[in-house]
Amino acid sequence: MFKKRFINQLINSFFDLSPILAVVIIFQVLIIRQSIPDVGHFILGILFVLIGLTLFIQGLELSLFPLGESMAYAFARKGSLFWLLTFAFCLGFGAAVAEPALISLAEQAAELAAQKTTIIDSISSKNNYALGFRITVAVSIGFAILIGVLRIIRGWPAYYPVFYAYVLIALMTPFAPTEIRAIAYDSGCVATSTLTVPLVTALGVGLATAIRGRNPMTDGFGLVVFASLTPIIFVMLYGIIL
Amino acid sequence: MTDWFAQFFIRLLETTRDLMPIFVVLIGFQLLVIRKPINNPQKILAGFIFVLLGVTIFLEGLDLALFPIGKLMAIQLTTAEFLGINPLDKATTWQTYSWVYVFAASLGFAVALAEPSLLAIATKAEQISGGTIRAWGLRIAVGIGLGFGLALGTFRIVTGTELYFYIIAGFSIATLQTLFTPKSILGIAFDSGSVTTTMVTVPLVTALGVGLAQTIPGRDPLSDGFGLLALASLYPIIAVLSYAQIAQWLNKRSLSSKP
Repeated sequence: MFKKRFINQLINSFFDLSPILAVVIIFQVLIIRQSIPDVGHFILGILFVLIGLTLFIQGLELSLFPLGESMAYAFARKGSLFWLLTFAFCLGFGAAVAEPALISLAEQAAELAAQKTTIIDSISSKNNYALGFRITVAVSIGFAILIGVLRIIRGWPAYYPVFYAYVLIALMTPFAPTEIRAIAYDSGCVATSTLTVPLVTALGVGLATAIRGRNPMTDGFGLVVFASLTPIIFVMLYGIIL
Repeated sequence: MTDWFAQFFIRLLETTRDLMPIFVVLIGFQLLVIRKPINNPQKILAGFIFVLLGVTIFLEGLDLALFPIGKLMAIQLTTAEFLGINPLDKATTWQTYSWVYVFAASLGFAVALAEPSLLAIATKAEQISGGTIRAWGLRIAVGIGLGFGLALGTFRIVTGTELYFYIIAGFSIATLQTLFTPKSILGIAFDSGSVTTTMVTVPLVTALGVGLAQTIPGRDPLSDGFGLLALASLYPIIAVLSYAQIAQWLNKRSLSSKP
C-alpha cells in the first residue's frame, strides 16, 4: 500500500514540475535555439529533484505536520501562554537557522560586506559576519512567529502586523547602507522556505482551530508573510549597527 | 562512483546537522513541556528520515539540473550574439532585453503552478471559503502575480534602478486594495506570495538573478542579483487581492441577476 502511495505521489510531483520543464525546454529549443548541454546530467538531476520532493512531502505528512498540529492543540489545551510563546519562538528560530538557502545567502552577504570594506576581508571576520547574519534572521523569524501566535490568541486582524511591518520597512530603508538593502529584502523570502512554511502554517491553522472563537480562514493565515517581513527590518538594523 | 557516494554521504550529514535544531525543538517540547509520549513514534521517526533523505536528494538534483540550466539560460539570453547587437556598442537600451522579461514572466508563472505548498494552501482556501475562491483561480492569480513580479525584477536589474521604489509602489497598491477586499481572504492573500517562494522557486530565481547580473554590462554580480525574490513575493498579493475582488463581484452579479 505504501509503495503504491509513493508511486502516485511521484507521478503527482512530475505533473507539478512539468510547467517548469516545459518553459525551460521551450525557451532552450525554440528561442535560444541551442541544445541542452550534458543532457544525461540534466535528466538525472530532474529525477533527483522529483524523488527528493516526493520523499520530502511524504516525510512532512508522516511526521512534521501531525506533530506540529497535535502540539498546537496540546498547547492550546494546556493554556500556558508563556510556554506557547516560548515554543513559537523556538520553532521559528529552529526552522530558519537550519534553512540551507539562508546559509548560502549569509555567505554571499559576508562576501559583499568584505568587498565594500564594511568588515575586514579575512576568513574569520567573514565567518563571523555570516553567522551573525543567520542568527539575526533566525531571531527575527522567531520573534515574528511569537507575535503571530499572540495575534491569534488575542484575535487581532491578520493585516495589522503586516501593515506596521511595511511602514517600518519604508521608513528604515533610507537609513540602511545601500549594499545591504536588496539582501535584506530577499532574506525574509529565503528564510521562510523549506521547513518554515509547512510548520508555521500547521501551527497557525491548528491554533486557530483549537481556540474557540477563532476562524482558521481569517485568523490562521498571515503568519508566514509577517515572518518574511521582520527579517528585512532586523537585517537592515544589523547593517546600520555594524 | 565511490566518490559520488562519499559526496552524497557528506551532504546527508550536512543536512542532518542543518535540520537538527528543528527536530530538537519539536521533540524537546513534546517530552519536556507537554510531557506526553509521542503517538506512533515509528511513524514519526520514519517521517524524519524521509525528510532528511528527501532534502538531500532534492539539493543534489538542484545542483545537477536546475541551478546550472537557470544560470546558463540567463547568460545565453543576454549574450551579444543572441541579442544581435555589437558587443562593443555601449548604447543598449532596456528594450534590447525583451526576451529576458518574457522568460522571467513565463518562469514565474510555471514556478507558481509547480510549488507544492501553494497547492496545499489553495485547496484549503477553497474548502474554507465554501467554493467562492477556487483553488485553480487562486493558483493562476499567484502565477500571474509572480510572473509580473519577476519580469519587473529583471527589468530592475537591466536598468539598475532602486529596488526600494518598486517595493513601496507595490505595497501602496496592496494597501489600497485591502480596503475594498473581503476581510476573510486577507490572510491567505498576504501569505500566498511568501508561501510560493520556497523550495523550487528560491534556487531557480536566485540562479536567474545571479546569471543576469553577471552578463549585463555595468552590473555587479554580488550586489545587483538580489531583490528578485522580494518582488516575487510582493506582487502575488496584489494579484490574489484582485482575484478576490473579481470573484466577489461576479458572485454578487450572478446572485442579483437571479429573480
